[in-house]
This record gives sequence, structure tokens and C-alpha cells, in this order.
Amino acid sequence: MTNLLEVSGLMMRFGGLLAVDNVSLTVKPHQVHSIIGPNGAGKTTVFNCISGFYRPSGGQILFRDQPIERLTGHRISRLGLVRTFQHVRLFNSMTVLENLLVAQHRHLNTNYFAGLLNTPRYRKRHTEAMAQAVFWLEQVGLLAFANREAGYLSYGQQRRLEIARCMVTRPSLLMLDEPAAGLNPKETSELDQLILQLRDKHDISVLLIEHDMGLVMGISDHITVINQGAPLADGTPLEVRENPDVIKAYLGES
Amino acid sequence: MQRALFPALFSALVTFLLTCLVIGVKLEQDGPELTVVNADAATWGWIAFAVVAVFLVQLFHQPLSALKQRLPTPHISALLPREQLRSRLTPWLIALVVLGLFIWPFMVSRGSVDLATLALIYVMLGLGLNIVVGFAGLLDLGYVAFYAVGAYTYALLSEYYGLSFWACLPIAGLMAATFGCILGFPVLRLRGDYLAIVTLGFGEIIRILLNNWTDVTGGPNGISGIEKPTLFGLEFSRRAAEGSQTFHEFFGIDYDSSHRVVFLYLVALLLVLFTIYVINRVQRMPIGRAWEALREDEIACRSLGLNPTVIKLSAFTMGASFAGFAGCFFAARQGFISPESFTFIESAIILAIVVLGGMGSQLGVILAAIAMTILPELAREFQEYRMLMFGGVMVLMMLWRPQGLLPMKRPQLELKTS
Repeated sequence: MTNLLEVSGLMMRFGGLLAVDNVSLTVKPHQVHSIIGPNGAGKTTVFNCISGFYRPSGGQILFRDQPIERLTGHRISRLGLVRTFQHVRLFNSMTVLENLLVAQHRHLNTNYFAGLLNTPRYRKRHTEAMAQAVFWLEQVGLLAFANREAGYLSYGQQRRLEIARCMVTRPSLLMLDEPAAGLNPKETSELDQLILQLRDKHDISVLLIEHDMGLVMGISDHITVINQGAPLADGTPLEVRENPDVIKAYLGES
Repeated sequence: MQRALFPALFSALVTFLLTCLVIGVKLEQDGPELTVVNADAATWGWIAFAVVAVFLVQLFHQPLSALKQRLPTPHISALLPREQLRSRLTPWLIALVVLGLFIWPFMVSRGSVDLATLALIYVMLGLGLNIVVGFAGLLDLGYVAFYAVGAYTYALLSEYYGLSFWACLPIAGLMAATFGCILGFPVLRLRGDYLAIVTLGFGEIIRILLNNWTDVTGGPNGISGIEKPTLFGLEFSRRAAEGSQTFHEFFGIDYDSSHRVVFLYLVALLLVLFTIYVINRVQRMPIGRAWEALREDEIACRSLGLNPTVIKLSAFTMGASFAGFAGCFFAARQGFISPESFTFIESAIILAIVVLGGMGSQLGVILAAIAMTILPELAREFQEYRMLMFGGVMVLMMLWRPQGLLPMKRPQLELKTS
């Protein structure tokens, strides 16, 4: 099995601050891979480098054996590597369904004349996109809200919509940045189920940043620990949990 | 009340000072003494009235707004028939309105038709700017530049190369679109205030260029004698130019100068209908949704694989092209254009139309455009106060309906679930 994502020697420097120092990680297909670490450890910076929102100062990022560290954000996303954000970033004044249609921009027929004349081929693509949107709305349990404006949804629903919006782009690697932040325990366990479903039913790899240790330990296949920009540990949940360095970083020296 | 007293006094003072300044009351040295000039008893009376009015409104601001809250706000939606019936009636209603618009000019005076033509030009401009400001959320204060580009494209091509209106119409649109694209490039990274300033500058550059490039554009003298549109080669003049035929000769009717006015109105109407159709379609097309998504959140757009550069440029380009069509028609209708027709105030009026109508709402923009062109004409006696009324209407709108006359409604898409 080849690796889906291979990050090696990733460096990110902001002026004099070395935010990410020599981080490497490998995501295999069909896996839930978590990145954990104390606040300010550089997890989101790693995410931003991988998803093309920052240009890394050094290192290599291979997605399906293709180097992507020089590509811009929208190009990376088109390759099938899609992310969410720490704070919900929906198109608030558009309806839930429109949010999902925007995400499928690339899969729709964007030819002006086809759209103006409403050609059969244009309509066919549109119907397909609608079907895809409806499918994912069902998966995340938001079908009843399809025509409601996204800004009016509850926070937990907005989180789920964000995941659905990523999924309709048909990615192979989904990157979730603290998806459980601000959710109540019930919503967190639903999210838990959803992520496992993505892996098992839809054959998606998930790269996860999360502070909720229960969630992380429960669903991860592999965990990378980052502390102060540098890699600290790497391994299965069990290995990581028993690693003395990790315990030290999280609980302080005893 | 106690707390409102001080701000009220302050507002009254500011009102007094500003009013005196605006009206032109000033102190002049008359020998050793200072005298107040430009103010007779009546003026003082009016100033006192204004000061007292401002003072009272400020003082009773809270009870007034409480009263306003209790007044029933008109619910337009409640007055309309029910959803199902409405969706069945809408196409018929639209057909009826369009039919009415086609028949109407044959029954009314020449002046009204002419005014309606002007209103239609503004409808087209409003709808075009609505793409940029309403959908894509890019504040463009130099929109009139594209209008000017369209107008001058036709005027120059007609003067130097003798091209006809119909040939120039698409060229003017393309030309304006090109300029839209050119403006789009440097402002790709800008948002909000910064974007507004750059577009404002762009508008002025175009105007000043037209004003100073005397050899080509005629400078401040403008270009006159621009050819009028023809109906498949039939002219609307008393006597035909050599080698062509006039409308009244062809149909064997008496010459009537109102034929041309009605014809121009019909051309404008067709252009507006075309604009409405295109924008209506585009709004439901992927690119239209992408514009709105970009307005909402550019970073999220990028993370979903949308290329913000292309989307922004397309909004600028498309918005500009409609201004180009409008400009071309404007030049043909007037027969004379000069840079004076394309000052900043035009941009401001078009922007006001979009804001008054409700950002992104087509019907709202159409109504606002009609109101903005027809109201000043109806209130001719108050010509000097036009800008004042303008400002007043804007302030009132922002207080009562900040979302515009008819705010945009989200399209509801029908779901097909198994």
C-alpha cells in the first residue's frame, strides 16, 4: 500500500520564529490520522502548509507521490485534499444546498453559454450535483434544512455542514481542524461516528487536529504528537499514550 | 430625558453652525465693526426652525423610536397571495408586464417615453453594477468608467469608421469587458475601502483621459452627430442619407419624429430584457453562486477548489460589459457625448440605485432605478435640492430598511428524494 500523504522535514519560519521544525508524517489510505499537541504547538500551521495556505520554508509534501508544497490552495483542493477550519467558515447568507453546490463548482458545467441556454448537458451535471448534495445532507442529517440559510443553523449543524461541504468535492483526504471544538458530548460522539463512517464506508482518509483526547484515542489509527513546532512522538494511540515524553509535555515534569 | 439633553444641545449647535455655513451666512468686516451678511429675518427664522427641530428630535429620540417600534411595519409578503398560487401566477404576470411595456409607448406622450428610455438605461447600469457590488461584494466606485468606454467605443467607431449601432453594440460590450478585466487585475488583492478608492481612481483616470486626449476624443467638446440606431437599415430621419431608406418612406406613412423616440425606447427595453434574462440565468449558474460565495468567505472558497482570481475577474468583466452596452445605447440616443456625462456623481447614482434597491435583488434594483430617474423629473421645481433629497432618502432608507427596498431572496431549490 502506498502512502496517500507524505510530509517530510517540513519547516515553517515566520521571521525569527520557527513555527514548524522538521515535522514529518505519513498518512496511509483508509486511515484516521491525528495530530495532537499543546496549544500553540504548530498543528494548524502544519495544516496550513499542507493545504497550501502557507508556503512552507522547507521540506517536502507529497500527495499521491506528487509534490504539492508549491501549489496554491485551490489547486491542492482540486487534487482531492480538502480541509475545514478551526472556526466555521460557511457561506452564511447562502442556503445549505447552495453551500454544497458551490463546493461542487469544479464538477459542474461552468460553460457560460451552456448555462445561459440551459442545455441538456448542463442540466445533467446540475442534477448530478444535486443528487450528490442530497446524499451528503442525508449522511450528516441535515436534509430537512436544505433550503435554510447556513447562518441560521446551530453550531453543531454548521460543523456537520462544513464536513458535508468538503465531502461533496469528492476528496480522498479530508483534513479536519478541531472539528469537535464547541460541541457538546452528544454531538461529539455523533461526530466520532461520522468520521469512522467516512473511513469505513466512503474510503476516505482523515487527518485530524483535535484536543478532545477521548475522541482522538477512540478513533485514530495513528497519532503524531507535536510540541513547540517539533515532532515529539509518532505511533498508535496505545504507544503514544504510554510515551513518557508525551506525558511530560502534557502534564509537565513531575 | 436628562441624559438626552446634552447630546441634543450639542446636535443643535452643530446644526446651527453647519446650516450657517451651508447657506452662506458669514461675518464681514465693515469698517471697525463685524456685520452678518447673507441673512435676512426669514433666513434666521428657517435656521431657528431647523435648530429647534433637530434639538427636539434628539431630545425625544428614545420615545420616538419606541413609538416607531410599535407602529406596524408593512409586511409585503403578507399581502401577496400564497406560495403555490404565486408561483403559478408569476409567469403570467411577467408576460403581462412585458407586454404592457411594449404597448405603453404608443399611448403616452413623447416626453414620458423619452424619460422611460433614460430610466431603462439606469436599470441596465444598476443591474450591471449589482453583479459587482451585490453579488460579488466588490465595492466599485468607478463603474461609470465602463459606461464611458462603451459610449466612446460607439462614438469613435461610428465617427472614424462609420460602423453602425448594431455592429458596435457587441464591440462596446467587449471593449468595456476588457477594461473591466484590466481594472480587475491590480485590485485582485484588495477589499472594501481600498478597493473602493482604487476603482474611484480608475473612473477618474478614464474621464480625464477622455477629457485630455483631444486629438481622438475631441476633449471637453465631446463628439457630436453620432449616428442613431436603424431598424434593419431603415433610418428614422426626415430624409434618408444617400443609398438608404427611411422608416416612414418604407412603410408609406407620414414622417413623425416620435417614431424615433418610441424606437429608441423599444431598443432600450430589449436590451434591458436581455440583461435581466442573462443575469437571472447567471445567478443560478455555478459562476453566480461562486461570486456570492466569494463575497461570503474567500478563504473557504479557496479551500474548496474555487479559483478566486478567475471568479473576481469574471464578476468585473461581466458587470462592465453591461455598462458597455448601456454606454453604447446612451451615445446613440443622445447623439452627443462628452466627458461631462461620466463624472463621479454618475457612479454614485448607480451605486445608490443598487444600495436602495437591495444588494443582489434584481427587482429591487429595477424599481430603485426607475424611482431614481423619475422622481427628480417629477420634482423639477426642487432641482436645486436634488442632492439634498437624495441624501435624505438614503439616510431614511438606511434607518428603516437597511437591507434595501426588496432584499434578495435566496433561491429555493427543489429536492428530489427517493
